[in-house]
Amino acid sequence: MDRALIKDFIAKRVAKELRDGDVVNLGIGIPTLVPKYLPEGVSVVLQSENGIVGVGRITEDNADPMHITDAAGQPAVAMPGGVYVDSATSFGLIRGGHVDACILGGLEVDAEGSLSNWIIPGKRMPGMGGAMDLLVGTRKVIVAMEHTARGNPKIVEKCSLPYTAVNCVSMIITEMGVMELTEAGITLVEINPEFSVEEVQQATAAKLIISPDLKPMV
Amino acid sequence: MKEIIGAKEAAALVKDGMSVMFGGFTGCGAALDVIAAIDEGGAKDIHAIINDSALLNGPDGDEHYAWAKLIHSGKITEYIGSHLGTNPEAAQLWAEGKLKVTLVPQGSLAEMIRAGGCGLGGVLTPTGVGTIVEDSPLAYQRIELDGRAYLLMKPLRADVAVISAAKADRAGNLWYKGTTKNFNPLMAMAADLVIAEVEELVEVGEIEPENVATSGILVDYLVIRGKN
Repeated sequence: MDRALIKDFIAKRVAKELRDGDVVNLGIGIPTLVPKYLPEGVSVVLQSENGIVGVGRITEDNADPMHITDAAGQPAVAMPGGVYVDSATSFGLIRGGHVDACILGGLEVDAEGSLSNWIIPGKRMPGMGGAMDLLVGTRKVIVAMEHTARGNPKIVEKCSLPYTAVNCVSMIITEMGVMELTEAGITLVEINPEFSVEEVQQATAAKLIISPDLKPMV
Repeated sequence: MKEIIGAKEAAALVKDGMSVMFGGFTGCGAALDVIAAIDEGGAKDIHAIINDSALLNGPDGDEHYAWAKLIHSGKITEYIGSHLGTNPEAAQLWAEGKLKVTLVPQGSLAEMIRAGGCGLGGVLTPTGVGTIVEDSPLAYQRIELDGRAYLLMKPLRADVAVISAAKADRAGNLWYKGTTKNFNPLMAMAADLVIAEVEELVEVGEIEPENVATSGILVDYLVIRGKN
């Protein structure tokens, strides 16, 4: 698949998972592309963990980066009806199950639904920030990422990198397919028609369960 | 009425080796003048409790925004927080062994500070279970209750909290604008000495009691930004 199109392809499929009125937290990268693909009639309340419930549209007129930013420190604003809260309240919302979905990238996801995405020891050590709380507290955790890292599987039997959280992932969406995490392991429920089941399995280091009801990913 | 001091005087209240909480999130909501004064001549060997490493090239035009200055100059020697990704210099200094870093999840950090300020003995949270946070010096232990695993995290307090708000009245009551609340009201509860830098000083009564997010009883000194 054309690499330039992969990110938008994934984001578009992720958008279908969201329901009207859902409270959603988006990680950096592919997740930030999701809102533009929300189906007609679906609007979500975006939560930013630095203290916005209901992120609005930033314009030149309302940008005030000395007072209002997102979690990456970039200009942001609350939408009409949105709220600014302190960090304890923000993470109370997250941990307390008041956020319906979080969408984030991953370095590794494993068959137990555990995710590693915050540190590569000795190489990249930015810290976990809010990711551990989001994974533990959010109702539905969707990992949106490219299926492999330059051909190396990211979906594995057991993560080799330090965990961000264990047994937390609900769903993995990549350019190859849609996978659900169950007690039994990783179930492929949708497949990109550009790939065969064998190709998806080959790019995956964990044994995939193939849904008897496997559908094309569109 | 609350005593108003200059940024330099405020900086002088922070002594070598003290633990200091700095309010703000990637620098948004930070006490910019007091931090700059600490950087220029204040204490060294600061043990900082801050959410993140702030930004390079801040919205105020500074190359090192807010406490990124103190990381850059080496004033901060120990750091407790959750994220060093927005200013990679901190992670670099950590990798080189020049900065001692203890990372905890952001939600745990917020609650640990809240607990420190509220007289609680710890925070029982499911966050971090099964991860290397279990081995953190800031985690007491793992506890299983009613079939669910939790980590008991330590409360955090500091010698000084350096916080900021958009407005204070003369009694020290604070009002925060936008996302500048973040860790500020939590830190105001959790330090022996609280310095609040504000953009505007108003008379008592001008901030409605319902809109005060940090009570003046918590604030020891006010600094007015830009008037030193």
